[in-house]
Amino acid sequence: MSDTVIDPVADDDGGDPVAGDALVDLLNGFIVELREAGLPVSLTEHLDAMEAVRFIPLDDRSAFKYALAATLVKNHAHWRAFETVFEVYFSLRGAEYAIDPDAELAELPEDVESGDARDGAGQAPANAGSGEALTPEELAQMLYQALLQGDDAMMRAMARQAVRRYAGMEPGRPVGGTYYLYRTMRNLDLDGMLEQMMQQSREDAPEPLTPLEERLEHDEYENRINQFKQEVEAEIRRRLVADRGVEAMAKTLRKPLPEDIDFMHASRKEMISLRKALQPLTRRLAVRLARKRRHGRKGPLDFRNTVRHSLSYGGVPAEPKFRYPRPAKPEIFVIADISGSVAAFARFTLHLVHAIASQFSRVRSFVFIDGIDEVTRFFEGTEDIVEAVHRVNTEADVVWVDGHSDYGHAFEVFWQKWGTEVGPKTTVIILGDARNNYHASQSWVIKEIRHRARHVYWLNPEPRAYWDTGDSIVGEYGVHCDGTFECRNLRQLEGFVDHLV
Amino acid sequence: MTSDALPEHDPRFDSVDAVRDRLRSVDYLSDEGIAGIVYLADRLGKPILVEGPAGTGKTQLAKSVAEITGARLIRLQCYEGLDESKALYEWNYKKQLLRIQASRNEADSASWDDIEDDIFSDEFLLTRPLLEAIRAEDPVVLLIDEVDRVEVETEALLLEILSDYQVSIPELGTITARQIPLVFLTSNNTRELSEALKRRCLYLHVDYPDMEREKEIVLTKVPGVSETLADEIARIVRSIRQLELKKSPSVSETIDWARTLVLLGVDHVDTETAVATTNILLKYQSDIAKATKELTAEPAGVKRPGAPGAPAR
Ligand SMILES: Nc1ncnc2c1ncn2[C@@H]1O[C@H](COP(=O)(O)OP(=O)(O)O)[C@@H](O)[C@H]1O
Ligand SMILES: [Mg+2]
Repeated sequence: MSDTVIDPVADDDGGDPVAGDALVDLLNGFIVELREAGLPVSLTEHLDAMEAVRFIPLDDRSAFKYALAATLVKNHAHWRAFETVFEVYFSLRGAEYAIDPDAELAELPEDVESGDARDGAGQAPANAGSGEALTPEELAQMLYQALLQGDDAMMRAMARQAVRRYAGMEPGRPVGGTYYLYRTMRNLDLDGMLEQMMQQSREDAPEPLTPLEERLEHDEYENRINQFKQEVEAEIRRRLVADRGVEAMAKTLRKPLPEDIDFMHASRKEMISLRKALQPLTRRLAVRLARKRRHGRKGPLDFRNTVRHSLSYGGVPAEPKFRYPRPAKPEIFVIADISGSVAAFARFTLHLVHAIASQFSRVRSFVFIDGIDEVTRFFEGTEDIVEAVHRVNTEADVVWVDGHSDYGHAFEVFWQKWGTEVGPKTTVIILGDARNNYHASQSWVIKEIRHRARHVYWLNPEPRAYWDTGDSIVGEYGVHCDGTFECRNLRQLEGFVDHLV
Repeated sequence: MTSDALPEHDPRFDSVDAVRDRLRSVDYLSDEGIAGIVYLADRLGKPILVEGPAGTGKTQLAKSVAEITGARLIRLQCYEGLDESKALYEWNYKKQLLRIQASRNEADSASWDDIEDDIFSDEFLLTRPLLEAIRAEDPVVLLIDEVDRVEVETEALLLEILSDYQVSIPELGTITARQIPLVFLTSNNTRELSEALKRRCLYLHVDYPDMEREKEIVLTKVPGVSETLADEIARIVRSIRQLELKKSPSVSETIDWARTLVLLGVDHVDTETAVATTNILLKYQSDIAKATKELTAEPAGVKRPGAPGAPAR
C-alpha cells in the first residue's frame, strides 16, 4: 500500500519503510499534541523532525528526544512543556517502558531479590510479586542506602516499588497525579532521611563539618532526593497513561507555557519560570516599542515645507516633506494593589512597566493594601528592577488598619496627596481585582482622576467571569475608566502594554 | 526541501557517540544533547543555533568541531551595525577607479561595457566571511558568533545562506556552495531572534553543565588539578548557582577559579579560601556578598526539624 503514499521518512535512501509508515503516524500524533499544548510548530519544522528521526532511532530514547526538540522547539522557555508532552506521549512506547509486573521483577537489582527481603515473601503469599514482599521498613532502609550511595539504578527501582506500594492507584479512578504523588511521599519521610544522611556524614568525617561542608553535603543529598522524586513522578505518569490513554493524560498533565501561566494560581515552580520569561519579554517589548516610535506613522504631506525645499532644486519638488506627528511621551502612574493573591500580578506589572520606562516621560508607582505609599524612589537610580520590586514588597508603607484591601480608602488618600499632580499627559493604570472587602468604593475618585488625566485603565488579574461577583466591585470603578482589561498572564499583559504605547 | 539541489557529502560522523568521543579528544566535554545535535546537523545539512548564557562553551563548540573534522574555521563576529559589506562582500572601489582611469589612457580601445564587465569581476571583489565560506574549496566550519548583537533587519542577510547555502550578487549572479559547511550561530540571548532565522536552524540550548561534567571540564582544562580538588570546585560552583544571583558563574569562570586555586597551591577548598577567592567566580559585589553569607552561615535553615533517624511512618 505504501507505494501510493508520499512518505518523507521512508523515501529512497536507507529508511526502513515499515518502521517509516508507523513512525510518520507516531510523529504526526505527537505534533498534534504539541500544538494542543500551545507550542508553535511550523510545517517546515514538522518536515525537519521527520527527516531527523531517520537518523536517530526511537529506541535511543533520550537521543530521540533531543532530536525532536532540536527541530521542533526553538524557544528554551517552551522546553518544559515539550518535555511533558514527550514523556506522556512516548511513555509506553519502547520495550523497556512497558508496564508488566514480570518485567519489573527482572529489573530489580540482584540484591533486592536475593537479600533479606526473601524471608518476607513467606509472610505475604497473597502478593505474588516479590517486590511486594518487602516490609515498609525494608523498603525505607533500601531507599536510604540507595540515596546515601547515589545509586541511580537502585533509586529507580525503589521509586517503582514505592509507587506500587503506597500510591494506591486503581484503574479508572478519576484523581490526578499529584494525589498519588502525595500518597507516595507521605509514606517515605524523605526529610527524615535527609537529616539522617547528614548525621551519617557528620559521623564519618574525621573532624566536625564546617558550615561550607555541611552545605555541600546537604546540596548533594537534596539533589539525589529530587532525582528520586522525579523517578516517582515518572512512574506515576506511566501508570496513569497505561490506565487512561495518551490523549486523556496529555490533556491533564499539560503544562502551560510561561506566557500562559495564571498569575493568581502559579505554583512556586511556575513562578520561577514566569520570572525567567519576563526578561526576554521585556527586551522584546522594548525593541518593538522603540521601533514603533522611530518609524512611526508618516503624517500628511507638509506642503509649505516641500515647496521651501524645492527652491534648492530649482523649483522641482524633489523631496516631499511630511508632517511627523510626534506625540509627547506619556507620563505613567501605576497604582497597584499588592495584597495577597494579586501581589504576584502587581510585581510582574511593576517590573514590566519600569523595564520599559524609557518609553515614557516618567513612571511613578503607588502601591496599596488599605494604606497607600509612593514607591517611585525604589526604582530611580537603580538598574536592578528585581531588587526594587523586592523593596516595594518589604519596605512600602501600605497597611493602614488591618492589612485587608481597602480600595476606597487607598484611593481617597491618593487623591488628597497626589491628585493635583495628575495632568493631561498622565496615563493612570490601576492594578487589582477590586475585591474591596465590602468597604465603601469611593469611586468618585476614579471619576475625578479621569477628568484630569489623559487615560485611566484598569487591569484585573481575575477571569472576567468572576468580576463583580462576591466583593468584587470592578464594574463600579470600570464605568469611570477608559478601559478595563483582563490580565491573567504575561501574554495578556504584553498585549496591554503594546496597546498602551 | 532544501537539500535537493545541494551537493551530497559523506557524513562526517558515524554515530552520536563518535561525535562525543572525538570532541573529548580535543578537550571539549559535550553531553548527549550537544553531541546528538551536531551529529544531526551533519546528516541533515542544517545550521545549528546555539543559545545559552555567556561562557558555557558555545563558541568553543564550533572551534572544537572544526578541529575534529579537520576543517578551517571561518568566523563572522557580529556586532551592532554589522552590514552586508562586512559580512558578505564589498567591491573594491579604489581598485575599480584605478582600473577605469587606466582604461582612459588605453587609447579608447575598451568600450564601457568591457570595462564594466571587468571591474565587476572577481578580481575586484572583497570577500567577507559569509561569501568566503560559500566559495571555499576546502572543508570549512562557519561560525556566526553572537548573532543576537545585530539588528533584526540585518538577520535577513543570513537567511539565503542558511537555507540554500548560496549568495546572490547582482553583478555576478548566484554563487552556490560547493559543499555544505557545518554552520554554527551562537546567541547569548540578549534578544529574541526572528522566527525566520530560527526555522532554518536546529536549536540547541546549552546551559551550565551538571556537576559531573563540570568536574571533567576542570580536570581536562586545568593542568595540575587533583581529582578531589576538581570535585570540590564543581560542588561549590553547583551550590553557588543555586542561589538567586545577578550573574551565575560561567564555565570559564569555574576554570579561572580552578587555575587560581592550583596556582595558590590549594589542595582543599576550606571556607576561608572559598570566601577569599569568590571574586574570581562572581562579578557583582552584591553577588559576592550574598555567596559569602550563604557559604559561611551556620546551617540553621538547612537542618530540618525532626530528630535524626526519625522512624519512617
Ligand atoms: N563543554 C566544555 N568543554 C571544555 N571547555 C569548555 C566547555 N564549555 C566551556 N568551556 C571553556 O569555557 C570557556 C568559555 O567558552 P566560550 O565558548 O567562549 O563560551 P560562550 O561562547 O558560550 O560565551 C572556553 O575557554 C572553553 O574552553
Ligand atoms: Mg562566545
